[in-house]
Amino acid sequence: MADAAQVEIGNRSGLAHIEVRGMTMAYGDFLIQKDLNFTINRGDIFIIMGGSGCGKSTLLRHLVGLHPPAAGEVLYQGSSFWQLAPNERNVLMRRMGVLYQGGALWTSMTLAENIALPLEEYTSLMPTEVNELVSYKLALVGLKGFEDYYPSEISGGMQKRAALARAMALDPETLFFDEPSAGLDPVSARLLDDLIIELRDSLGATIVIVTHELASIFAVGNNSVFLDAESKTMISEGDPKRLLAESDNPIVRKFLTRGEEG
Amino acid sequence: MQSKSLTISYLTDNSVEISLSGDWCLTCEVVTWQSFQAQFEQYPESPEKIDFVSSDLENWDSKLLLFLVKLDAYAQSRHIPVNWDGLPDGAKGLLRLATEVPERSGARRRTRTRSLVYRLGTWAMGGVEELTGLATFLGEWLLSIGRFFTGRASFRWVDFNRFLQAAGAGALPIVGVISLLVGAVLAFVGAVQLQMFGAQIYVADLVGLGVVREMGAMMTAIIMAGRTGSAYAAQLGTMQVNEEIDALRTMGISPMDFLVLPRTLALILMLPLLCLWSDALGILGGLLVGVSILDITLLEYLQQTKEAITLTDIATGLIKSLIFAVVVSLSGCLRGLQSGRNSAAVGNATTSAMVTAILLIVIWDALTTIIFNRLGI
Repeated sequence: MADAAQVEIGNRSGLAHIEVRGMTMAYGDFLIQKDLNFTINRGDIFIIMGGSGCGKSTLLRHLVGLHPPAAGEVLYQGSSFWQLAPNERNVLMRRMGVLYQGGALWTSMTLAENIALPLEEYTSLMPTEVNELVSYKLALVGLKGFEDYYPSEISGGMQKRAALARAMALDPETLFFDEPSAGLDPVSARLLDDLIIELRDSLGATIVIVTHELASIFAVGNNSVFLDAESKTMISEGDPKRLLAESDNPIVRKFLTRGEEG
Repeated sequence: MQSKSLTISYLTDNSVEISLSGDWCLTCEVVTWQSFQAQFEQYPESPEKIDFVSSDLENWDSKLLLFLVKLDAYAQSRHIPVNWDGLPDGAKGLLRLATEVPERSGARRRTRTRSLVYRLGTWAMGGVEELTGLATFLGEWLLSIGRFFTGRASFRWVDFNRFLQAAGAGALPIVGVISLLVGAVLAFVGAVQLQMFGAQIYVADLVGLGVVREMGAMMTAIIMAGRTGSAYAAQLGTMQVNEEIDALRTMGISPMDFLVLPRTLALILMLPLLCLWSDALGILGGLLVGVSILDITLLEYLQQTKEAITLTDIATGLIKSLIFAVVVSLSGCLRGLQSGRNSAAVGNATTSAMVTAILLIVIWDALTTIIFNRLGI
């Protein structure tokens, strides 16, 4: 038993971590996507892909419990999110970390305060321990020493990393990323991809990423779902690399080859 | 020496073996750093290396990493090499991530206490800067008005109409209700005093003059500072956060012409009209109290009011309200444009716009009252 956490992940991998069953997403009468059925396994780096405006971010918002589905359900380890009592839902949401597209750091707080807030709310740690944890989380994303900066005083890439540190504050089981590499230079985007893989391996977390950056999709993803804006449903799922090699759907081929095929 | 979560063993080859066991999670009780350090330093000589055994380690999270990060720094300070191989792979990976990027030199902030003279100087310079900003803004606004009348200022008339609607018709209900009630309260308070002399008919004079010369203009201005001035500050502040104002500037469109001018013009046109509306409803409030409680007939009350108020009185109120409109709209726009680039700054801009506007309204009201009094108007 050299490695308890790893073994535990090993034992559970392959189990459905999140399962989406017959889900329809809509804003009022406006249908976004219908008949979504897919499974995210424990330890997956799961990519939600598709062209602009197909509802990728909306799907992410449904997965993290910000919107109830218009039909169907989302199951976390077998229990349906919206059938849980509100306090059980809160407990479940606390086990998720979300990195929003623009970072969504609270601008009136320093980076340290941003990360400390969930720790102060949900743990009974002493203030010194909270401070140590905050420094450690910032060090994890390469921002050691930036505790007292406000989000407006650091660059966009640094804001994203700080937001990632906040998302990881409570050691979540599942991390959700909305367009993590949007607005980053290629080197930073690549470093973020490496960090995502490293975090999955080290934390044993399940990671769900919304992106249309092909380089990222192939570098980090081992499972995916492809949403189509035209037919308003998913048209493909599985390992992106396998999809590139085997898929015969022209829309998927066109997307994965940057329009060169399909 | 023994602890549930950690055991230190000194081996014969002058190395130290740290065995981790049990749960190391944020909610668990584990050995504190102080007691670890005390145990570790019981050994008189500095060990040659530190090894880890983690076969009995169960669940772990950031708690373990906190310990390892501290141990890493401690071992480095004492020049003891650490062999991390005995740790779980995940922990090794996280530790590498956490120690990989060195702290950027000069990044960390130090709080410095400044002398009283320094702080006083900074405060005074801040005040000067604030006044310069105000004067510059006022000057730019006047230039913009000049451009408007020579047809060189460009804004969208659609926006202007929207502002007219919001600052005019949209404000009728709230201004109306408050004026009616204040008129009634004024009549009530006055009546109690005047009845003692049998002079209750003069309630009409009191309410009429009070509302038309002072209260109408002032109440409307304060309501509009809360309703419209703060909205201007919030709108422009949010545009500042979203870099929308920078986008206008880079396209060569003056934010002063495009954003400030239509807003201020709308309020300058509408506030005097709202003031008249407030005057009328204030008098109506007084009339309701007078007729229903004080046994004054409708005709008597109206006749008395008509004799009490002259056109000059109404004009006095209107002139005040015109200046109030400038004050309210400019402080809203100024604070909005000065806003910082975050959500708290927008809140501060709104508060500051309200405070500036109300302060200037009251100062200006006092000044004009004295001036009109001196001039015998």
